[in-house]
Amino acid sequence: MSRALALAHRLSGIALALFLPAHFYVLSRALELDAFLAWTEQPLVKLAEWGLVTLLALHLAGGLRVLALEFLPWRDWAKGLAALAAGFTVAAGLAFALAL
Amino acid sequence: MSRRAETLLWVAQRASAAVLGVCVLVHLATIIYAVQGGLTGAEILARTRGNGAWSAFYTVFVLAVAVHAPIGLRAVLAEWLGWRGRARDFLLVSFAVLLAGMGMQAVSGVIG
Amino acid sequence: MSATLQVRVWRGGARGAYREYEVPRRESQTVLDVVTHIQRAIDPTLAYRYACRVGMCGSCAMTVNGAPRWTCRTHVDKVARDGRLAIAPLRNLPVIRDLVADMREFFDKWARAQGQFKGARTRADDFERISPDSEARRRADAAIECIGCGVCYAACDVVAANPGYLGPAALNRAWTLVNDARDAAQSGRLRAVAGDDASLACHTHMSCTERCPKALSPTAGIAGLKRAVSRAALQGKL
Repeated sequence: MSRALALAHRLSGIALALFLPAHFYVLSRALELDAFLAWTEQPLVKLAEWGLVTLLALHLAGGLRVLALEFLPWRDWAKGLAALAAGFTVAAGLAFALAL
Repeated sequence: MSRRAETLLWVAQRASAAVLGVCVLVHLATIIYAVQGGLTGAEILARTRGNGAWSAFYTVFVLAVAVHAPIGLRAVLAEWLGWRGRARDFLLVSFAVLLAGMGMQAVSGVIG
Repeated sequence: MSATLQVRVWRGGARGAYREYEVPRRESQTVLDVVTHIQRAIDPTLAYRYACRVGMCGSCAMTVNGAPRWTCRTHVDKVARDGRLAIAPLRNLPVIRDLVADMREFFDKWARAQGQFKGARTRADDFERISPDSEARRRADAAIECIGCGVCYAACDVVAANPGYLGPAALNRAWTLVNDARDAAQSGRLRAVAGDDASLACHTHMSCTERCPKALSPTAGIAGLKRAVSRAALQGKL
């Protein structure tokens, strides 16, 4: 479980790192925000947004797991953190999907 | 790179991760809240324009990302592409500068 | 339960192939029993290692159906789905022949992590008093039972991706010594376990902890090393 989460954590990190310059670029042109937001109404874009939110939640959850393992006193339940991280990711993705 | 420098990079990675832990939670909550009512450009900008608190928050966010992402990619480049050494580190520093620069432009675009 | 097992075994060196054998299935059979049967009754040219055959020495570690295990403590019933087994040498180590892996780099890295005790007292000095209940001694004791079998090293993804990485066993042993109040080589050891090829390279996949046949947790020890090393770096002591 931890191995799969670690791989997902890495892939989501790469995806987010590559996405950020585009994200920053769009926001810097905020004066044209309405035109851009009209474009984001398309279902495919909504799906991509949901994907990004899920990737971010996944990367956050996986990252918090690493910080917990490295800095908190070791406990046996530490082995269950991967499952907890996965659960949080699903919850966040669901929350965003429902909000849409 | 010396062991001390490599260790300090690791410390910077974890410290920026802790900062981002807070920033991302706030950001995710904000996005989900904003999306719920649907958002127009005017609506977003009305809440963010000239707002010192948001400005401070997103500045910290941008700088933490500019530290965190390149150091994270450093390990990926080494392990998956076998790329180690000066050229790789130079590329990553450039990426950090790019992220910080574009990020601050985004902050001034949305908040001013 | 089928009467026979279909067993694929790696034959050759780095370049080789799996060869298939049919082995009679028996009750309470272990994977080591299977390999031994092949070598004694079918193909005497098969090379493999074992010694105690009772789960004490770690010599019989091999890759069984993709996972590193002690073959003497792996019951066939537990791993043979549909009566099929695939047996290969330990991952991440050069292959000498068939199921025998070259353990030299595993132990070289142990030395590079300064996994040896260096005392400061002589026979003329009194014993150092170490309380078994002290925090440091508890931490060392939790990790001390490692017998160097190589299973964690074979399981580790970072070892696979980074040939210079010292690996979980070497770092785990270094951790026991970092917590040993009698050891006099602490600053050198911290330097040895710092950097891109040592404790900081661990990504907490926890394959080592998951697979360790002695239920040790190298992940915990490596996390401790990360903290010790970063503390030293921030204090300018690295």
